[in-house]
Amino acid sequence: MADPGTTARRVDFRGGGFAPQSRRWVGLVVFVLLIAFAEWGTRTGFISALTLPKPSDVLETFRQLYETGLLWKHLIPSLSRLAVGAALGASVGIGVGVLIGLFSYIRAGLVPLIAAIFPIPKIALLPLFVIWFGIDEGSKYALIAFGTFTPTVVATYGAVDNVDRSLIRMGQSFGLSWRSIVLKIVLPGAMPGILSGLRISLAIAIILLVAAEMLGAEYGIGAYILEAGALYDLERLFAGVVILSLLGVLVSAAISMIERQLLGWRT
Amino acid sequence: MDIRLSGVSHAYGQMEVMRDITLDIPSGQIVCIVGPSGCGKSTLLRFIGGLERPDQGEVLQMGAPPEGCLNPLTYIFQDFALLPWRSVAGNVSLVLEDHGIRGTRAREIIDDVLDRTKLTDFAKALPKQLSGGMKQRVAIARALAVRPAVMLMDEPLSALDSQTRELLMDDLIALWTRTPFTAVYVTHNLAEAVRLGHSIVVLSRRPGQIREIVEIRKPLAERGFADPDLEAQQKHLWNLMRDEARAADAELLHG
Ligand SMILES: Nc1ncnc2c1ncn2[C@@H]1O[C@H](COP(=O)(O)OP(=O)(O)OP(=O)(O)O)[C@@H](O)[C@H]1O
Ligand SMILES: [Mg+2]
Repeated sequence: MADPGTTARRVDFRGGGFAPQSRRWVGLVVFVLLIAFAEWGTRTGFISALTLPKPSDVLETFRQLYETGLLWKHLIPSLSRLAVGAALGASVGIGVGVLIGLFSYIRAGLVPLIAAIFPIPKIALLPLFVIWFGIDEGSKYALIAFGTFTPTVVATYGAVDNVDRSLIRMGQSFGLSWRSIVLKIVLPGAMPGILSGLRISLAIAIILLVAAEMLGAEYGIGAYILEAGALYDLERLFAGVVILSLLGVLVSAAISMIERQLLGWRT
Repeated sequence: MDIRLSGVSHAYGQMEVMRDITLDIPSGQIVCIVGPSGCGKSTLLRFIGGLERPDQGEVLQMGAPPEGCLNPLTYIFQDFALLPWRSVAGNVSLVLEDHGIRGTRAREIIDDVLDRTKLTDFAKALPKQLSGGMKQRVAIARALAVRPAVMLMDEPLSALDSQTRELLMDDLIALWTRTPFTAVYVTHNLAEAVRLGHSIVVLSRRPGQIREIVEIRKPLAERGFADPDLEAQQKHLWNLMRDEARAADAELLHG
């Protein structure tokens, strides 16, 4: 084959990357580094106390919040608003999305409507919701529900469209009822798309929760942040923001857990 | 239960895909359908199974389906069509649930069909864990579970490599020898056709018409790999098809 004189060179490897792998600790390291940097900066005066509170002070504020019991006083109404509003919006959204995916007439009628209400900033409608559903919890539920509804619908009917038609054909060829085809083939097949839609919808729900509480609530994370902001109390402001971030991380983790449970069949 | 096609013709818009197909599918036999690409084999199978209606002619079931038959006309698909979120047993159970068969009665049927397709050890496995050949055996098990009067198979082995294909052909022959079933078996592969078919229907290029029906008398169980009798039959079939296939190939190029 090769002449004795020719040089041998190993073939360069160029096939790596583009394959996401689980590297959880990296996220944690980034967090820790950022916080450590902020702590170091505020302590040495490299970052002025006016621009950023000391992370340790924020932690202290958080501890006080917890010890005075104020944490739960703010968190519980927020969580219940989030739960009720998001559950309402997501379940109606999934229902409507499935109907749009299954029936051409409903699709023709509703898709333009959804496209029309999707880009409306829902916060702008809060006064309207206050008139419709009252100044109390009703308008907050409605705002969160409405905000979660639209992205859920869009994700759901896209997911239903993407269900493998050959599986539906198979169901028909075995004489399965319409109900069985929807429940046992279409819905499970659409589940990956629905869940990744929920990830976005629930993040939007948290944003709207705060917006709703800022516009009139005695207790709630939003109200707490607004009050702190009005007083330029950066420690409390950050404590509130940290709670929101944690909430977002928790919701995302919960969806990941559901995905692992329900979508283990994916390759 | 026999199937009779009489004068079936069909066109998609301007394109005539099938012309005057008259054919009997006798019960207990495997009828293979071969023909060049695009001649309407899959379409014919959809007519037989009632997934589509022909423009002219009709497809008749002669006689009642046998006792205990849940889904008389049952497909086996080229791409297996297994639900990826259900286990092997779950995929079989899917087609029983709608007939109100659950619990022990379902378990008996599932155990029986998985045993017949040698899948007993994989009852709990998900489709993603199975090889192509095993997936198709699951699809065969699912079809057997509804005790079909006629099995409609559209290139069931085409997605598999040739070794797996040999193994599955042996499995199909063993299944048929144990309890003869009726099947319409569409394939591109003449070797499959001569191994499995009691009769082989050769279609012309589009619009598909019956060119010839070749009967093979040798019992299925005696047909083996590289059997000289079968090779001769296969050569005969290829002579029938070669010009059609070439013309069909050229036709597609011209649109
Ligand atoms: N639903 C449809 N609408 C329009 N044309 C179709 C439809 N289904 C099939 N055809 C056309 O009809 C012709 C016959 O199709 P069919 O799938 O039955 O052929 P086939 O013999 O199974 O081909 P292959 O060997 O490639 O599987 C093809 O030209 C195909 O493009
Ligand atoms: Mg075909």
